[in-house]
Amino acid sequence: MSTPEPPLALLAELTHRCPLQCPYCSNPLALEGVEGELGTEEWCRILDEAAALGAYQVHFSGGEPALRKDLPKLVRHASAAGLYTNLITSGIPLNGEKIDALAGAGLEHVQLSLQDTLPEEADRVAKMPGAHAKKLEIARCVREAGLALTINCVFHRQNLERLDAMIELAVALGAGRLEIAHVQYYGWAIENRQALLPSRDQIEKANALIADAEARLKGVLLFDHVPPDYYARRPKACMGGWGRQFLNISPSGKALPCHAAETIPDLRFDNVRERSLADIWVESDAFRRFRGTGWMPEPCGSCDRREIDWGGCRCQALMLTGDAAQADPVCELSPDHGRILQMVKNEAGQEVPPFRYRRKAN
Amino acid sequence: MARVELNADAVPRFAPHVQFRFDAKRTQWVILAPERLLVPDAIAVEVLRLCDGQASIFTMVAALAETYQATPETLEGDILELLQDLMDQGVLTL
Repeated sequence: MSTPEPPLALLAELTHRCPLQCPYCSNPLALEGVEGELGTEEWCRILDEAAALGAYQVHFSGGEPALRKDLPKLVRHASAAGLYTNLITSGIPLNGEKIDALAGAGLEHVQLSLQDTLPEEADRVAKMPGAHAKKLEIARCVREAGLALTINCVFHRQNLERLDAMIELAVALGAGRLEIAHVQYYGWAIENRQALLPSRDQIEKANALIADAEARLKGVLLFDHVPPDYYARRPKACMGGWGRQFLNISPSGKALPCHAAETIPDLRFDNVRERSLADIWVESDAFRRFRGTGWMPEPCGSCDRREIDWGGCRCQALMLTGDAAQADPVCELSPDHGRILQMVKNEAGQEVPPFRYRRKAN
Repeated sequence: MARVELNADAVPRFAPHVQFRFDAKRTQWVILAPERLLVPDAIAVEVLRLCDGQASIFTMVAALAETYQATPETLEGDILELLQDLMDQGVLTL
């Protein structure tokens, strides 16, 4: 097997701790505890190894990465190693002083999550009173510190009607980018699927609105649109292809091809405490298993889109077909595509059940 | 805030928090921006290397016309289009 191209970016999940409890969190249901978290020196070594391996960017993420007291030190280290540094945050533990310190350490960009434009709704989804007001304050501090700002909002059936208002808010806050992320159904979001899944009508309206806003706001606001899987005809190129672009390190040092990869039961994940990043990237079982196109069964194996969507998402294939090596059933060509249509029919537009919030099991 | 439309007198520069650098490992120029990576083609690289916050587009076109022994008129349209696209993507600013 030939040596893979180096990764483009390192996703550094510094912690699974978070002050918010959003019911669509992309973290696994089994959240890792603070006691297992990698230390500062371990993260510094990983950042050096990622830069040496050829990664361009690091995304400090979580959980809430700003809960780590060593975040400024890690940003400074990453920046000195030549990595472009992004912080993906709820904003809650930050303040003006902390943001200035991060800017001084070499941080380039902050991606701040908002849950809604209505404060009471945003706070209900995050399950934290006052969260939305705090986030608006943090957006202002980020811009005052001269950092680049992206607003990220996860959209679902309960907030899609405020998509237009969110676009206006992002412009008003001075964001250069808006990430419109429809819920991806893994982990916590699966637990809350019926409460989150939009109708086809809602999706069509949203798509038209986004196309219009993108044209209207050209040169003012960049849009990053994560379309809703279940209404697609072809699957997303999940992670840009398995083991092709991204390396995700969990708080305790597990090296994952994507943040949901642990749902695939027979994959063996290496830990950065035991192996170098370069070794893991090239040789670990988990990264090799679905890399490239050699593993693909039909209809993917002979599909002319196999190097465009890379077979879609392995975790989704597992969840919906029971076999991670099958085509992502989001694809119309998958023999299991009917299951998605049936599920959407059964769940979208039904009564909205209460959320099961993201929290660590006792 | 409104969209900036470039003309030949404009003096574009890289936006704050955008890095234009040579990657020795992959032997290619890259543009790093918030959660984004752009790999400019050879022509775009030649243009962007002249983008120093001092040179106007008019000056850049003249320099490239000399290098490639072309008339500025034949280059200006394409270069303006390229730079406008990068402005719209937030890579460049004035």
